[in-house]
Amino acid sequence: MGPGGTARPSATRAGLRVLGVAIRREPWVFTLATLGSVLFGALTVADAWVLGWATDHVVLPAFRDGEIGAGVLVAVVALFVGVAILRAVGIVARRLGAGIMQYRMEAHDRRAVTRQYLALPMSWHHRHPTGVLLSNANADVQAAWGPVAPLPMAVGTVAMMVIAVVQMVVTDLVLALVGLLVFPAVIVVNLWFQRVTSPLMTRVQELRGVVSEIAHESFDGALVVKTLGRESEETERFRQRSEELRDVAIRAGRLRAAFDPILNALPNIGVLLVLVVGVARVLDGSSDPGAVVTVAYLLTVVAFPIRSIGWLLGDLPRSVVGYDRVRSVLHAEGGLEFGDDRLAGHGPGARLEVENVRFGYAAGAPVLRDVSFAVEPGRTVAVVGPTAAGKSTLTSLLTRLVDPEAGALRVDGTDLRDLAYGALADAVAVVPQTAFLFDDTVRGNVALGLDVDDAEVWAALETAQAADFVRRLPAGLDTELGERGTTLSGGQRQRLSLARALVRRPRLLVLDDATSAVDPEVEARILAALRRDEPGTEPGTTLVVVAYRKATIGLADEVVFLDEGRVVDQGPHDELLARNAAYAQIVTAYDHDPAEEALR
Amino acid sequence: MSTTTPDPGRARAATAVVSGEEIGAIETIRRGVRHSPELAHGIRVTLLLAALSTAGQVVVPVAVQQTLDRGINAPGGTDVRFTVVMALLATLAVLVTGLASYLMTYRLFRAAETGLSSLRVKAFRHVHDLPLGTQDTERRGSLVSRVTSDIDQVSQFIVFGGVLLVVSVGQVLVATVVMAIYSWELTLVVWVCFAPLFLSLRYFQRRLSEAYGVVRRQVGLMLSAIAEPVVGAAVVRSYAVEGRTQARIDTAIDTYRGAAVRAQGFTAVSFSLGGISAGLANAGVIVIGVLLGIAGRMTAGEILAFAFLVTLFVGPVQMGTQILTDAQNAIAGWRRVIGLLDTPAELVDPGPSGSDLPDRAVDVELDGVWFAYPGGDAVLRDVSLRIAAGRRVAVVGETGSGKSTIAKLLTRLVDPTSGAVRLDGVDLREVRGASLRRRVVLVPQEGFLFDDTVLANARYGDLGADESRVLAAAAEIGLDDWIAGLPDGVHTQVGQRGESLSAGERQLVALLRAHLADPDLLVLDEATSAVDPALEMRINRALERLMAGRTAITIAHRLSTAEKADEVVVVDAGRIVQHGPHAELVAAEGSAYARLHASWVAQRAVAS
Ligand SMILES: Nc1ncnc2c1ncn2[C@@H]1O[C@H](COP(=O)(O)OP(=O)(O)OP(=O)(O)O)[C@@H](O)[C@H]1O
Ligand SMILES: Nc1ncnc2c1ncn2[C@@H]1O[C@H](COP(=O)(O)OP(=O)(O)OP(=O)(O)O)[C@@H](O)[C@H]1O
Ligand SMILES: [Mg+2]
Ligand SMILES: [Mg+2]
Repeated sequence: MGPGGTARPSATRAGLRVLGVAIRREPWVFTLATLGSVLFGALTVADAWVLGWATDHVVLPAFRDGEIGAGVLVAVVALFVGVAILRAVGIVARRLGAGIMQYRMEAHDRRAVTRQYLALPMSWHHRHPTGVLLSNANADVQAAWGPVAPLPMAVGTVAMMVIAVVQMVVTDLVLALVGLLVFPAVIVVNLWFQRVTSPLMTRVQELRGVVSEIAHESFDGALVVKTLGRESEETERFRQRSEELRDVAIRAGRLRAAFDPILNALPNIGVLLVLVVGVARVLDGSSDPGAVVTVAYLLTVVAFPIRSIGWLLGDLPRSVVGYDRVRSVLHAEGGLEFGDDRLAGHGPGARLEVENVRFGYAAGAPVLRDVSFAVEPGRTVAVVGPTAAGKSTLTSLLTRLVDPEAGALRVDGTDLRDLAYGALADAVAVVPQTAFLFDDTVRGNVALGLDVDDAEVWAALETAQAADFVRRLPAGLDTELGERGTTLSGGQRQRLSLARALVRRPRLLVLDDATSAVDPEVEARILAALRRDEPGTEPGTTLVVVAYRKATIGLADEVVFLDEGRVVDQGPHDELLARNAAYAQIVTAYDHDPAEEALR
Repeated sequence: MSTTTPDPGRARAATAVVSGEEIGAIETIRRGVRHSPELAHGIRVTLLLAALSTAGQVVVPVAVQQTLDRGINAPGGTDVRFTVVMALLATLAVLVTGLASYLMTYRLFRAAETGLSSLRVKAFRHVHDLPLGTQDTERRGSLVSRVTSDIDQVSQFIVFGGVLLVVSVGQVLVATVVMAIYSWELTLVVWVCFAPLFLSLRYFQRRLSEAYGVVRRQVGLMLSAIAEPVVGAAVVRSYAVEGRTQARIDTAIDTYRGAAVRAQGFTAVSFSLGGISAGLANAGVIVIGVLLGIAGRMTAGEILAFAFLVTLFVGPVQMGTQILTDAQNAIAGWRRVIGLLDTPAELVDPGPSGSDLPDRAVDVELDGVWFAYPGGDAVLRDVSLRIAAGRRVAVVGETGSGKSTIAKLLTRLVDPTSGAVRLDGVDLREVRGASLRRRVVLVPQEGFLFDDTVLANARYGDLGADESRVLAAAAEIGLDDWIAGLPDGVHTQVGQRGESLSAGERQLVALLRAHLADPDLLVLDEATSAVDPALEMRINRALERLMAGRTAITIAHRLSTAEKADEVVVVDAGRIVQHGPHAELVAAEGSAYARLHASWVAQRAVAS
């Protein structure tokens, strides 16, 4: 943000637009709350009237007559209490209405923002830290709709103000004009305030995001912080930003501290002006004392609406900043486009084609270049390559987490981009390299929204070699696993993640180094269960396996050797082993170690 | 000398993060101020300013009233002199009031923001000081909310409510005294009319406090629900479970909204009661006043004057109840922060009285160790193990057998439920935290990198290291080629949690970080599981050379490590079932290790 908030000629206008959005979205609640506010205002006036009535009809007659009828006393009590109850109703309607409106607006935006989080592509997520996204969904949404709370009050008092102003004008035009000088003064003060606070407010919200981001990241990495004993350094990092936030907040607070008293003082000064001018006018005979008194009194009446509107306006800069930050999420572009083709959900293995695919995370730095290979239904392909070769990137293209820059990926001949939403997930399952579990039960994590019965879940757990430990868990399938599955060991998490894919009986299964913690024999059994190699039967699941183990690779019909994003070689394992030294080096690394040699 | 306690199988109850919900309101404020002493700095001057500005707010209308009555509307015609003098005086009062309230608010802002910023930092630090098990009892989003939005609530309250509350109470008392001077009977009437309000206040405060407690808790849950699919974005997308995920988030959002509206409902009702009491009081004053008047004890003028005084009483009462109700939200937030600070910190660091580990290879001893995670069964049962200084030990075993748990015990991320862990014969519980962290380093199974450069992440292991030192260290373990191949070399950004690197690359950074830390006991928990075998072998050879003379404990599924280690420890279902040199263990026919090794050898042959 540039210094001085140059980009924002009128925060007030923008702020009023934000309020307009709120009113349009919740017209009924707003009306209710405003009516409550008007009722409250009217009954505040009525209160004074009741006191006057009681004076004329109860107090004075009683003293005059030396006695009083019970009926009148009851009437007085009824009047006072009646007005008070009605006023209470007004208060409840206004406050509750304003609350409902504010929280509904918040909930609406939170739903919208989180929908966007779910819709936006991975590339967007890589650029936006989790902590900031949390702050967008929380502090920014809250800031945006903060002024909704005082809104009904402010609008409700406008009626009061209009009545008072009309009366003033009717009483004495000149004095009214003098008194109404208050308005331009209020506007000027407001403009000043908006101008000076907007940049500070922007900074405050930004820093709130930063502070939340540091907290989130630091707590996320608490284990590393602990193991390296870096608590003090982390605290220092947090302290710096937190103190920056504090300093900016204090600067903004200082302005606010000046704004409120000025707003309070202006009507008073207006009254005093009216008095002074009024005296002059009374002296030269152009006005009478009664008129001065009335205008002065009306001006004090106007002071309350001015103040409540001023407070509302005072909240606007923060609101606009929050609103803009929320909008920037909502307007972020780049969600995936879907076609409307579908794939068979179950049945024989799918055919996969990868054709001349190019992809890079940053422009001009391709991670995959001209990658082509095909997997026939029921066949198994092992993707082998050194660290950072691009294997996981390839799996994310296969599940359409990202789209290629050039070239195409096809399942059963259909370009992934032509598939309807969800169609790909029906046929293709991936087990990612790093298992991610949800804060849910074992069943919830495995089924993940799929309509499967417990028997199928158990079968998948059995295949993934997870059944034994799940049976030992305190509540079996219903055991809550904690955030990201903290209560499990690393290998146990990996197996659940595997079961999640297996239970879907996908037609194409992609394993991204997902069996590193599974015994080799177990892995062989898993893969065998998925393949149906007997002649005459329809082909089993098509498999793409990222692996290093020779045993796993040996199960594959073909190997795709990837290095620096290119397919350097492909063919059966034996052939590659014989003709490609780099390949041989990776897959036979364990064979040539000296200790082993000594043993032989 | 195995020390087994009667029933070590069960863990002590989990120390969850204290919710703080049972701390009383006054207690919360008292302790809150103790935690942030800045809040009380200069509070006397601030209160004085508050009194001045409150007084001013009364003086100005009175002055205007006087000017109207005795200046402009004076019985003997308009009194110019009086009007002008009063107007000038009133202007002065306006200015003084404005200045006083500016100074007061500014001071409040400063005190609140300063006090709460230090509270925030303190709470943040405390989260890191909590034992691992305790950190895991609360979702990250909730922890984040305790150091962010919960504290923000407090700041709002202090600035807008705190002092006004004190002033209001003062005004109520002053008004009571003034009223009593006019008529003690009517004063009594007023208090009787307000009694139900004051009495119900406690009830409402309790309900409100509950209601806002729920609100604050729901904020934490909502943040967690929002954060989860952001962190697990890839899984959500590849399984196309956006709908289900969104439903879970929506539930959290709506539950929060419901809780907030409910709390708002209580606030509105409790606030409106003040108005009803005021109506009752007005009626009571007129009725009783009239009856007193008829009895000849009051004049009509006195009754009307008293009615005016009642408004002076009602105003601050209403203001006070409003502040009290609004305060509950803040107090609920404050409670959660104080609750966090109340949660017992780290497996207690003995501090300066503790001993330092000597600067040389350490020997390691587990002595009759039992361990259970909070609320669970024992995952380690009577584990005893001795590792001489300078040995290279491999720990192997099936998944879930307890290997990582042993690693956590060795690095004191957790304390044993019973038994002891000793380094160089000193119980870990007696070693100073700083010394321990310097000498003993664990590379955990789940690598975590900070959203910064490779360099910054590596330097996390040794903050004193400059770029050339980091590059040299990388070369020492054979990572120089890899670094040279990165787009910006050592200045390449790794992304959140390191996700802009490949899984193997993340492990390389974690290794480099540990290597820079230069420990005497290095514990590697599957630290190279995602690195390609060729590179892994190269790194291992380098580490072997570098760790010569120090103690290294490696947990790995790939038995290549075990084959080369001095000793192998085999863990099975929470017990150590074998311990000895590789060759010896393989030779033990039918043993767990022989089985594991056979399958390892088998997988190196291509299955047919
Ligand atoms: N989100 C990302 N943003 C930028 N670069 C990335 C991102 N993810 C991966 N890369 C880079 O792309 C390259 C390939 O990464 P990828 O994860 O596909 O490797 P990999 O073959 O799976 O490696 P590993 O065996 O370590 O898992 C690496 O150089 C990595 O740094
Ligand atoms: N935070 C936790 N809370 C409760 N139980 C846990 C927790 N962490 C691990 N466990 C349980 O303790 C047992 C041992 O776990 P540990 O992580 O030590 O296994 P491991 O041998 O390292 O397995 P892996 O090879 O899969 O990493 C497992 O049964 C696991 O479910
Ligand atoms: Mg990978
Ligand atoms: Mg482990």
